[in-house]
Amino acid sequence: MKNKEKRLMRGSEAIGEAAVRAGCACYFGYPITPQNELTEYMARRMMDTGRVFLQSESEIAAINMALGAASTGARVMTSSSSPGISLKQEGISFIAAMELPCVIVNIVRGGPGLGNIAPAQSDYFQATRGGGHGDYRTIVLAPASVQELYDLTRKSFELADEYRTPVLVLADGMLGQMMEPVVFNDKEILPEQLPDKPWTVKGAKDRPSRFIRSLLLDVDVEEEQNWRLYRKYQRIERREIRHEEYYMKGAELAIVAYGTAARIAKAAVKRCVEKNMRVGLIRPISLWPFPYEHIYKTAETVKHFMSFEMSTGQMVEDVQLGVKGRAEVLMYGRPGGVVPTPAELFRVISRAYNKIAREK
Amino acid sequence: MKDAATHYCQGCGHSVIHRLTAEVIEELGIADRAVGVPPAGCAVLAYFYFDVDMIEAPHGRACAVATGIKRANPESIVFSYQGDGDLAAIGTAEAVHSANRSENITVIFVNNAVYGMTGGQMAPTTLLGQRTTTSPAAAGREAHREGYPIKVSELLASLEGSTYIERCAVNSVRAIRRTKKAIREAFLTQMNGEGFSMVEILSPCPTNWKMSPVKSWKWIDEVMTPYFPLGVIKDSRKGSKKDAG
Repeated sequence: MKNKEKRLMRGSEAIGEAAVRAGCACYFGYPITPQNELTEYMARRMMDTGRVFLQSESEIAAINMALGAASTGARVMTSSSSPGISLKQEGISFIAAMELPCVIVNIVRGGPGLGNIAPAQSDYFQATRGGGHGDYRTIVLAPASVQELYDLTRKSFELADEYRTPVLVLADGMLGQMMEPVVFNDKEILPEQLPDKPWTVKGAKDRPSRFIRSLLLDVDVEEEQNWRLYRKYQRIERREIRHEEYYMKGAELAIVAYGTAARIAKAAVKRCVEKNMRVGLIRPISLWPFPYEHIYKTAETVKHFMSFEMSTGQMVEDVQLGVKGRAEVLMYGRPGGVVPTPAELFRVISRAYNKIAREK
Repeated sequence: MKDAATHYCQGCGHSVIHRLTAEVIEELGIADRAVGVPPAGCAVLAYFYFDVDMIEAPHGRACAVATGIKRANPESIVFSYQGDGDLAAIGTAEAVHSANRSENITVIFVNNAVYGMTGGQMAPTTLLGQRTTTSPAAAGREAHREGYPIKVSELLASLEGSTYIERCAVNSVRAIRRTKKAIREAFLTQMNGEGFSMVEILSPCPTNWKMSPVKSWKWIDEVMTPYFPLGVIKDSRKGSKKDAG
């Protein structure tokens, strides 16, 4: 494939193609709807390119295969959907503790429990608060278009390597199924072109043997390891916050939404602006690290925020943490796999906006 | 092996099995290609003794981690080192499917019929009548309540994908020599690219069996081997005499 080529792609394919072009050498997956298209795409592409594709016996096995493969220095990816991501959490905790790079895709579905297979954003807490046991974080990126599924998946591999940490791509079945044009604004890297990593376990040839572990029985050593990880997470918080603004200049009400919800919000906000309402959108692209500082600064002038989520309200807590009491924070959510229309959201925003205007 | 003081109890089989495995790795000249995957359990600290690359696995997942390493880097010689709780309870699925895919890895499976590190609880291989802290009845483990001890070697041998499986013990000089030979055969199976190999080793745990080391050696002969028979359970390698489970 040439660079700068424009292709009409399905979301799940864009994730897969980004992984292939990032030099991903191993993919481990297990069937679960609505992410099967990605696993199937990887099966074809990894076999075509002579790389490792393996359908595991469970999501638990898949994440541990990813752990093993990552320890050799290879770029690795696994993907699943909500219940399967819950099963992977122990492994993700180990990968974070062992400081291995790994990309994990969650095509979120309605929950809790088996829930349903419709698009949802109810895994926000799990994704942004570590997810498994112990004091750790994972970088979480939330694409809102097929182009972004491509760009952010590619970016995930770079972040995972740079910080030696698991990176989550959080999407849903809507984004996975959606077809949009994608431009490859990058250069393809082959697995063998990636630089050698100085910490891998591939056999102690011409060097002393190494081991990678997470068991630190001495509490002082474990505490120091926790602080070391914490400092790394602080570094990520300083450097890797991503967000986008839409019609925020002069806005009196800021909608905060990510992923699929942000697409809906964009359409609703556009309609509000057309009706001369001073409404804008803040779209966090990195959910962890979250753009707290930006929200805080915005709250200096914007006194009303509304978190819009496909859940009963999870990101709203981060919006509140960002606002720090400087502004009112409203919440509108539809859980359980319901995807609200822009018209529905427009009505909700209009009501809130008119109430704000009356109270002024 | 590294020059380190052992943390294992008196009479524990792990130190012997570590030694045998390390000797085989050295003698086969694969120390610079070897990657070991120790389990959660007493042997988690194996990386303090083995002078080869190692990586810990979450409890029960050593076969999956080993699969990932081997698939990503087929030149390496990958072995997992697992206990009975790790491999035959929480990690059953990973062991069964690794064997079934004929992953080209070697499993050193230490069967001491208890959970050692956690304090002697009932394991999937605890024998009928054996008393443990979680099968405390006077009659010990009873099938109607706790089920039967799992014969892991026979179970995995029944799978088309497994290649070399042998059960050994480390309770006499002769048995120890036999075990070393089995470990060597298992690594050779992997080096020749012939697929999944495992050596199950009946190993004493005097601390949790509440026996002297000498008595625990006898117990293996008198109680364990009648239920877990020693020998080559499966050998489907090219040119092997025994190719059925």
